[in-house]
Amino acid sequence: MSAMLQASNIIKNFPGVHALRDVSIEVRPNEVVGLIGENGAGKSTLMRVLAGGYRPDGGSLTLDGEQLRMRNARDAARHGIGMVFQEQSLVLNLTVAENIYLGAEDRFTRFGLVNWRAMNAAARRQLAKIGIDIDVTARTSELTFAARQMVELAKALTLEEVVDRQLLILLDEPTSVLNASDIEVLFARVRSLKSRASFVFVSHRLDEVLNISDRVYTMKDGAVVAEHRAAQVTAPELHEIMVGRGLQAEYYREARQQPARETVMVEARGLGANGFYHGVDLSIRAGEIVGIAGVVGSGREEVTRTIGGFVQHDAGEMKIAGDAVRFGSPEPAVRKGIGYVPRERRLEGLVMFLSIAENISLADLSSVMRHGAIDYGKERRLAADWIKRLRIKAPGPDAACRKLSGGNQQKVVLARWMTAGSRILVLDHPTRGLDVGAKEEVYELIRDLSAQGVAILLISDTLEETIGLSHRVLVMRDGEITARFDASPGNKPNQVDLLRAMV
Amino acid sequence: MSLIPGRIAALFGGRRWRSLAPLAVLIVLCVLIAIANPNFIEVRNLVRLANSAAVPLTLAMGLTFIILMGSIDLSVEGTLSVSAMVLVLLAVNDGNGNDYGWWAVLAAIVAGTAMGFVSGLVQTMLRIPSFMGTLGMWFIGLGLSVYMLGGSAIKLNDASIRDLALHRFLGLPVAVWVAFGAFLLAAIIQYHTKLGRHILAIGGDEDVAKLSGVNVVRVRITAFALAGFFFGIAGVLAAAQLGQSHAVIGDGRLFAAVTAVVVGGTALTGGEGGVVNTLIGVLIVTVLANGMILLGISPYIQQTVQGLMIIAAVALSLDRVRLRIVK
Repeated sequence: MSAMLQASNIIKNFPGVHALRDVSIEVRPNEVVGLIGENGAGKSTLMRVLAGGYRPDGGSLTLDGEQLRMRNARDAARHGIGMVFQEQSLVLNLTVAENIYLGAEDRFTRFGLVNWRAMNAAARRQLAKIGIDIDVTARTSELTFAARQMVELAKALTLEEVVDRQLLILLDEPTSVLNASDIEVLFARVRSLKSRASFVFVSHRLDEVLNISDRVYTMKDGAVVAEHRAAQVTAPELHEIMVGRGLQAEYYREARQQPARETVMVEARGLGANGFYHGVDLSIRAGEIVGIAGVVGSGREEVTRTIGGFVQHDAGEMKIAGDAVRFGSPEPAVRKGIGYVPRERRLEGLVMFLSIAENISLADLSSVMRHGAIDYGKERRLAADWIKRLRIKAPGPDAACRKLSGGNQQKVVLARWMTAGSRILVLDHPTRGLDVGAKEEVYELIRDLSAQGVAILLISDTLEETIGLSHRVLVMRDGEITARFDASPGNKPNQVDLLRAMV
Repeated sequence: MSLIPGRIAALFGGRRWRSLAPLAVLIVLCVLIAIANPNFIEVRNLVRLANSAAVPLTLAMGLTFIILMGSIDLSVEGTLSVSAMVLVLLAVNDGNGNDYGWWAVLAAIVAGTAMGFVSGLVQTMLRIPSFMGTLGMWFIGLGLSVYMLGGSAIKLNDASIRDLALHRFLGLPVAVWVAFGAFLLAAIIQYHTKLGRHILAIGGDEDVAKLSGVNVVRVRITAFALAGFFFGIAGVLAAAQLGQSHAVIGDGRLFAAVTAVVVGGTALTGGEGGVVNTLIGVLIVTVLANGMILLGISPYIQQTVQGLMIIAAVALSLDRVRLRIVK
């Protein structure tokens, strides 16, 4: 069968990151193509290229044999390419119907006035077509997440009303926040729509991808490394290719994992925060890395944020180095020697406009003060020292943090907490958005910190990373700890055991 | 995630309560003032009230669209004074020999629209935050109009234009009807056109709007031009009411307009509220000012009360629980 969409030798670079290196894929008519890969493998970037969101730095796109040049989402829509985004792309203060036809109101406009009744009716028909019963005049913010996902799908499918060719719908991790029954509903829709459209389905859940797709591409480090017919491959095989590292233990520096020390740095008994989690017992000793696994909504994010001082607990007790605490904000947590390394480096981790030196001294300015004033020389020397010790790639202490690559930014965050003398680190997805090399450097650094006796709480995007780095792994589900695993070197739990306790 | 300041903010109630609050405040205000001084509900006073609401209402219509987008337009006073200056200098006046009649009105509104258009270009093309861009436009407009007027007040002597303020139709000055017309136009634009919806979408989530194919740059420029259009009309009304234009014709208008929009319940973060809210907000501001005059309160205290009101309104209208950072 001939290809409908052909992407050839696509290249896309971001500062410091080769997001796509020479990627070629094709999508045939009436086909569901699966796209898998770890976080940072380039799946989302490829999807955005296909949807007109990013312009590739090299390579070409053809649709039905014609060269395709898209500058934005509207151009893509004109060619019948629609996308359902990972972070949902609905405007929450608008109604369902308004969202479905946002940017496409012209059909309902006469003499400059929009006929809302006609738009609502059309939206109702569109939803009925995919068999979804949602009030089109409801504010989108009032819908459940699953319902919003259906609205997104309906929105993407409205293209068929204006484009006279088969549609290509890109689904970027549509299932990541849906529960099992919602996923079944979504899959049933996709199957019934296959006669009218082709789909590209991105997910990191391999069984799902195999379940829904006809063909599967596997991406790794910005390149397509394999292509399979879904019927001819199994999830473990795909996983092997996707991870593609025989020597996992080496990747996570397991040989450097040392036994934890005696001192208990963090201790929680029956910890609870209304609506987020309850009855959480946990302890972290000096030099120990404790990982928490769990899906979105399991409460693990909130547990880490409680220790960081962002979420206040209202049940049970928490002791930091033996003292009972109840943090109302991050400030007392910092004073207790807790450093929080957030996932959103750009939003929460660094003040991007400040220099490396200024960011490093931010949490403990007294370390660079002399006679009550900031000693700039001292501040720069301190930063230069960290740049050397952590091998931060930067022109110097005065470089603005926004110009550093993700991995180097993460090192600056860690240097800051080390300067502030943090004895406890909360790592909230510490390697998100980093490429493989940068990840390895961060792992190395985490091992260094652990060897120095820092107690570390870790939550991460992949189970593999959680297992590989941690001394012990806790699994959370629906706000409770459902399992505890020892993860000493040579005795690491496997992912299936963790998954069983997660869902 | 509940932050401690968030809890305090949450005490001020949920969304439903907030959306009806402005109307309740207006009614309570009217009742209290009427009890304190029955003159308040005399026809003569109500006409005076409507008359003093005309210019703020027209201004606030334009400003509402900008605030709905999550931006701000500080050029209100500058744009209004440019429009008033253009009107006065082109119509019959005591400064030069022009007599372009109603063409002067048209030119004044075009001048206002052009000012807004430039604000829009500054924001979208130069990518300057609207706060700074319109702050600049404010002083550009003010400087321009004072220079053109030669630093003094110039009288508007065109009788038919003066009739906007002096002539009455169904008991109300024509200016009030013009302001009401501006409100209707704004309501139609907001609730029945693509532009209105796209403004709301941009205020709600600009990235998503862009991904959905909304031409954000065009919408923003159009919205600023639209705001300038309303400011232009307001300039015409203000000049007609005063019978002249001078350097301080715009003084205090920005504060009144922002207060009205915010008191009406339009969120400064964008995406929430609208011109109907603003109508109520304008009435609250005007009724309060009128009431305080009737009650013989010192003008300085009046100012203080208005200042308190704008802080209280933001405290009540905005869902600050969700705000991560307050700047």
